[in-house]
Amino acid sequence: MIINEEVNKIAKNKIDSIEFKMLSPKLIKKMSVVKVVTPELYDADGYPVDGSLMDLRMGVIDPGLRCRTCGGKVNECPGHFGYIELARPVFHIRYIPLVYSFLRSTCSECGRLLLPQADIDKWLEKLRDAKGDARVRAGILKEILNKTKLIKKCPHCGAKQERVKLVKPYTFTEKNKKLTPIDVLERLKKVPDTDSELLGISPAAGRPEWMVLTVLPVPPVSMRPSITLESGERSEDDLTHKLSDIVRTNQRLYENLSAGAPEIIVEDLWDLLQYHVTTFFANNIAQVPPARHRSGRPLKTLAERIKGKEGRFRRNLAGKRVNFSARTVISPDSKLAVDEVGVPLVIAKELTVPERVTEWNLKQMKEYVKNGPDKYPSANYVITPDGKRRVISDETRETILEELAPGFIVERHLKDGDIALFNRQPSLHRMSIMAHKVRVLPFKTFRLNLSATPPYNADFDGDEMNLHVPQTEEARAEAEILVSVASNMVTPRYGLPIIGAIQDQITGNYLLTKDEDNLISQEDAAFLLAQAGVSELPKKSAAKKNGVKYYTGRQIFSMILPNVNYRGRSKNCPKHPHCKDPNCKYAQVIIEKGELKQGVIDVNAIGPEAPKGKLIQAIINKYGHKEAIDFIQRASLLGIAYLQMIGFTTSVTDTDLPSDAVKEIKEAFDFAEKNIDKFISEFEEGKMRAYPGRTVRETLEFKIIEAINRARNKTGRIVERYLKQNNSTLIMAQSGARGSLLNLSLMSASVGQLSLRGTRIRRGYRNRTLSHFKWGDVGPAAGGFVRHSYKGGLNPTEFFFNAITGRDTIMDTSMRTPKSGYLQRRLVNALQDLKVEYDRTVRDASGRIVQFVYGGDGIDVSKSDNGKLLIPKEDVLK
Amino acid sequence: MASKKSTKEEKPIDIFKSKLVPECRVLSEDEQREFMEKYNISKRQLPLILPSDPVVKALEAKVGDIIEFTRKNKIAGLSKYYRVVVGGIRG
Repeated sequence: MIINEEVNKIAKNKIDSIEFKMLSPKLIKKMSVVKVVTPELYDADGYPVDGSLMDLRMGVIDPGLRCRTCGGKVNECPGHFGYIELARPVFHIRYIPLVYSFLRSTCSECGRLLLPQADIDKWLEKLRDAKGDARVRAGILKEILNKTKLIKKCPHCGAKQERVKLVKPYTFTEKNKKLTPIDVLERLKKVPDTDSELLGISPAAGRPEWMVLTVLPVPPVSMRPSITLESGERSEDDLTHKLSDIVRTNQRLYENLSAGAPEIIVEDLWDLLQYHVTTFFANNIAQVPPARHRSGRPLKTLAERIKGKEGRFRRNLAGKRVNFSARTVISPDSKLAVDEVGVPLVIAKELTVPERVTEWNLKQMKEYVKNGPDKYPSANYVITPDGKRRVISDETRETILEELAPGFIVERHLKDGDIALFNRQPSLHRMSIMAHKVRVLPFKTFRLNLSATPPYNADFDGDEMNLHVPQTEEARAEAEILVSVASNMVTPRYGLPIIGAIQDQITGNYLLTKDEDNLISQEDAAFLLAQAGVSELPKKSAAKKNGVKYYTGRQIFSMILPNVNYRGRSKNCPKHPHCKDPNCKYAQVIIEKGELKQGVIDVNAIGPEAPKGKLIQAIINKYGHKEAIDFIQRASLLGIAYLQMIGFTTSVTDTDLPSDAVKEIKEAFDFAEKNIDKFISEFEEGKMRAYPGRTVRETLEFKIIEAINRARNKTGRIVERYLKQNNSTLIMAQSGARGSLLNLSLMSASVGQLSLRGTRIRRGYRNRTLSHFKWGDVGPAAGGFVRHSYKGGLNPTEFFFNAITGRDTIMDTSMRTPKSGYLQRRLVNALQDLKVEYDRTVRDASGRIVQFVYGGDGIDVSKSDNGKLLIPKEDVLK
Repeated sequence: MASKKSTKEEKPIDIFKSKLVPECRVLSEDEQREFMEKYNISKRQLPLILPSDPVVKALEAKVGDIIEFTRKNKIAGLSKYYRVVVGGIRG
């Protein structure tokens, strides 16, 4: 608000529309307050010289001084232009292409467009019909240019036309004679308005001769402020340097002209002036050596200020830096709540929250001020009722403490329970920024709960994250209600939670609930439940031995459940080790009134990401997000506690197979290889029958691949059959915590067929993949089949093939990631200001309708159950 | 744009028989007014359809007409969509 008022003081008019035109020499002079004539900036006393580039009339940059033109102070005066009267005209580098087309398309004698009058009229009509349609206009202009540039004789005055050539960067020649800017200026002046319009400059936008500079505007000093160094020396802006080059050369040119100097000297100076003016506009033109600073650094002139990633648009307008933010490495803390963030004490002492002093918190606020800035909790600044900001230091502490009264604002340190926004790049999601509750902790990393990890896609291998502290009551309220972890736990992508128990937490709950007769002593049960934050034991014990009460694992799990009903399926049947029945009733998980009656808890119930986390979704539907978050917290703590109690490790031993299994695997592969040998000899003898629509060679390939696949699948089943049920890797795979059976058999049985771009490996030497094979060898080994397992060890050729595919996948991902990232960026930029209005239509910023109902059904997926509105009847809260 | 040859006897194809073409109709003038009032919009704010679109040709809709589409979607079910027929240059 304050900023607006200040702007209103300076700007008396509001912008209604903008027109882009060329500046005429007349207008440049009219808008200027100074004619710049002296290259010296300061006199002997260090005072700006009148008529120099630092002339005080062009604006103020020193605080305290007032502008000699408008009387405004530093932040009030917008700055005023000056001008340089050029001794000889020069080209404007950005208008060179347009000047070139004018020279080629107009008569060198009479200035008319090189088309008969009838054509001119016809084109003019077409152009005016096109109105503002830029695409159509550009097409017409291009066609006119193509029609005229090769005409040899003027249809108006009959003069012969010579071909004008452009010698880059800015020299025009005709019949090997140079056309000076003066010559060009004369020609452009002769072009009538209507003809000029057909070449792209309508009379409303200006005159073609304005493309050749006779007067150069000097930007106000506020656009190129000088910096006073500590030594008292002044350091000028790059633009000022460039402008003083121009002024200096210009003055020398004037002097030489009036002294009647030889043409060569004048020419040289003129060229130099052209160079300086060119580099003033842009310093990276091809064939023009960039103007350099004394240190050798290229100067940053007008075009470089605006262009590119570091330019005004992308650096200053599209992206801004903020205060009240922090960044460090993240590390895990499973004892923190999911919606909390651990903030290091050093950061908490730097980030502040403004708190208004009232008579009710006066005592507390005084306490903060009294503590001084070094202690915690304390405050760094106070803002007095008249808006002055004061630092709290050991010196000022006492006086501030005396003055402190209701109406002051104290910028106090961050403390437990404050709201902060937490973010990890790349922010591809709305869940990439979520509001957490602050917990101030020792050490120097941000801490976060493991379950809050999936939405940020974070891990702890050195990831850093950002923290922002909202500064107003509104911002805090908005963050807490709309941005909180709880309200973002259901993804708008498919309407299921992306926050859930992960990895060991899942394994723990799986082992706890796997067997219905998993008995746990009262003591252990009390420990487990206490770890999960539950202070009661199950009502009825399941068994009693030697006077000790025992509870089942499912009973204990039920204690962390709220009163929900749930029916779902687990990933695997927990009862039979090799159950293949997809409808096996033991795989059914039944929870009634918060009691786990049957089944095992695994990823499908408590894991993050679809189609998992169904139990969490059920809790959300009945009790809301907060309860679901709390449940996840309890489940993860319980899982970890149980794992720690029973002990759980994975090791290389998990990949051991009994000798029987090894034998069976060998047999499977031997069988396959024998078959393949048979196919190959059939092929070589020409006995093979081709599959319909395939060549014989392709048929062979199919048969080989099929045999290999069959053998591989068989080994997979062998591994599964022989593995012990207490195999940790297997348990993790079955619970869905991490890894898969495939990973396990890759390590223990066989790596199998490697594929490069969807086929077996075929590249390499002529007719063979490696020099280790015979010419024309199409057998399994030569095609990248790895018979050994990772643990057993690969032989050299297998290892080499494995390295080939490994490299290929790395190449592939490293090319795909930036590509899809840019695709995403373009998509987001195109859609970013779409919004659902109160009439439920989706509209863009200008009010144009994109959809009449959001998504065609008006459903906010993040507030739905897997995209559906339905809530089961029995779950509706009574 | 491969071949723009227009044979004199073009076989009339009923494009509405295709399952890929949504059900559509031109709004009457009264409906148009009511519709614009409902959303409080001008025609410039509506999604567009070119006069060269086969659907527009089949319906014989004029520039400025509003066409109502009834879309069927596996996830969203039935939904209505409206487009205004535009001239060569946005009118």
